[in-house]
Amino acid sequence: MTTIPSNLRRVLRREPRVRPSTEPVAAPPERVEAPPVEIAPNDPLVAYFSGATGAVDIGALQLDSPALEGLREAGIKLVVPLVSQGELIGLLNLGPRRSEQEYSADDRKLLNDLAGHAAPAVRVAQLVREQEAEVRQRERIEQELRVAQLIQQQFLPEELPNLSGWEFAAFYGPAREVGGDFYDFIKLPEGQLGIVVGDVTDKGVPAALVMATTHSILRAEAPRLIAPSEVLTRVNNLLVDEMPAHMFVTCLYAVLNPETGQLRYANAGHNVPYVSNVSTEGGVTELRATGMPLGLLPEMEYEEKEATLAPGDTVLLHSDGLAEAHNTRREMFGFPRVASLTGEASDGEVLIDRLLKELQDFVGPEVEQEDDITLVTLGRRAAGGAPAQAPDAPGGAERQLAAFEVASEPGNERLAIDQVAEAVAGLGLDGPRLERLKTAVGEATMNAIEHGNGNRPELPVVVSVVADDTDVTVRITDQGGERVLPEVETPDLEAKLAGLQTPRGWGLFLIQNMVDRLETTVDQHHHTIELTMHLKEAPDARS
Amino acid sequence: MPGAEFGADVRSHDSTGVIDLHGEINLGADQALGAAYERAVQDDPSTVVLNFADVDYINSTGIALIVGLLARARKEHRTVRAFGLSEHYRQIFAITRLSDFMGIYADEDSAVSATVST
Repeated sequence: MTTIPSNLRRVLRREPRVRPSTEPVAAPPERVEAPPVEIAPNDPLVAYFSGATGAVDIGALQLDSPALEGLREAGIKLVVPLVSQGELIGLLNLGPRRSEQEYSADDRKLLNDLAGHAAPAVRVAQLVREQEAEVRQRERIEQELRVAQLIQQQFLPEELPNLSGWEFAAFYGPAREVGGDFYDFIKLPEGQLGIVVGDVTDKGVPAALVMATTHSILRAEAPRLIAPSEVLTRVNNLLVDEMPAHMFVTCLYAVLNPETGQLRYANAGHNVPYVSNVSTEGGVTELRATGMPLGLLPEMEYEEKEATLAPGDTVLLHSDGLAEAHNTRREMFGFPRVASLTGEASDGEVLIDRLLKELQDFVGPEVEQEDDITLVTLGRRAAGGAPAQAPDAPGGAERQLAAFEVASEPGNERLAIDQVAEAVAGLGLDGPRLERLKTAVGEATMNAIEHGNGNRPELPVVVSVVADDTDVTVRITDQGGERVLPEVETPDLEAKLAGLQTPRGWGLFLIQNMVDRLETTVDQHHHTIELTMHLKEAPDARS
Repeated sequence: MPGAEFGADVRSHDSTGVIDLHGEINLGADQALGAAYERAVQDDPSTVVLNFADVDYINSTGIALIVGLLARARKEHRTVRAFGLSEHYRQIFAITRLSDFMGIYADEDSAVSATVST
């Protein structure tokens, strides 16, 4: 529908023919701005002017139009519509002629010509003005975003907790329109640690300000009250009065006792944390506790629960920017996928990297991040910081002896062999067992370089060496994704010698015969071969 | 590339072609090993002896090269024998069953004399 810019709704008219008698007769004629005449977009006059081909005599016009009445009251006699590219963009309004004569055909022609030239110029001026207004609006929004980001970053922890036997990792990725995600670690009495992950509804400065308020209240109340349920109840009651309409905060608050591994937690409507349990080999448990988001209703109660984290367990706290991310087909990344990836995790940092990589692959490069993403992990390790196994796992605590990468170039398997040999030097492997391990490592690394990474030097083969009291295990990972290793078959030497088969095809067979256990794991992007050798020859083992 | 580059010397011992192998037997040894075999059979010996005493690494590709050499020798009705293998590679030759088709000896004299007595 045609609209007329407000600046053109004002009607200019010439000096009235009859001036007040107090004015000097010789005074020059003056222009008088008539009171504005508002023309509603649905007034029939708009349609009439849009279709008019030239100057319109207001006196002769027969239309049921409030605007027409307004024009007449303002003393307008003639209106020349300004039309640009078929769109009515303004009106040239004229009062009666000073000569008291009617507007002549020449006058009308002159006015029509003037309108024809003026309309495009007026349109350009309007567009420039609109564009300037848009730029100012954009600058204001950008400025707001910068302020929101500043507030947000101000309240993020500068460093991760340093607790013996525990590893923490965190990631905060703001969306362009900063959301209200936050996380925090709060030192509590008796060596306990408060862990917070939260999300304020809404975006920008309002969300950042609510986040800052919530953060401050949590910091003030957590060391005093300790119990997660009480802390959330208190924060909720303080926030309710301050909370702007239609806003609330979801928040997971947990208290960790690093000595015992006990984790007490309460949840104000935030995403359920996942625990990767080493004892259940890839299993995931959820830390569920019920509670309303903060700031909605007063006097809410929050369920408090407790879990004990075993050595090797990793907990993921996450905001919904991850699980609720969409790809171009509007499919959601999803909570099951987050849970499943958590179950495969052995280490918090690796888990975060993996989640972000999977998310990137899922949404694709074209999709802008919808919401803030916050990921916090805490993992229980054995004393000394090495990866751990569950207390009842055979072989005791697993310790890492080496972790390194080799570029995927033929021959680099020798680098892997040498580094693994160096790493296991202190384990007391006898000569033959060490040689067998070296051969298996060489073959598995060759396999990873050639078949997993396609001899592309920029793709690393990642090698880690771990040991416990009874075994040494070497894990060799390539980027071969879901490549499935073929079944290990005994090569048919007779056929090869007879020229009926290729002489090649010994690698996997050799690996299997060199080590005590061979296992492979795959995910979408990686392929890992795991070689395990007992530190001592079992009594009934091969001679 | 780390490790010692492959090399091979050829000589004759009591009408037996002896190939002294050096360094690593891997993909890079392909041409040199083939050329050494060519030289070793120039005088059409009935037996070729491989000396592994100076070999410090054999990977699965190297195993494949030895299988290829053995296949060619058998086609030409020659016997292949070996000596100088470390305990580890003796085990690998046993696992791969190469030792079923290639006599493994402790030293050169036993390998050559076994050839002579054959």
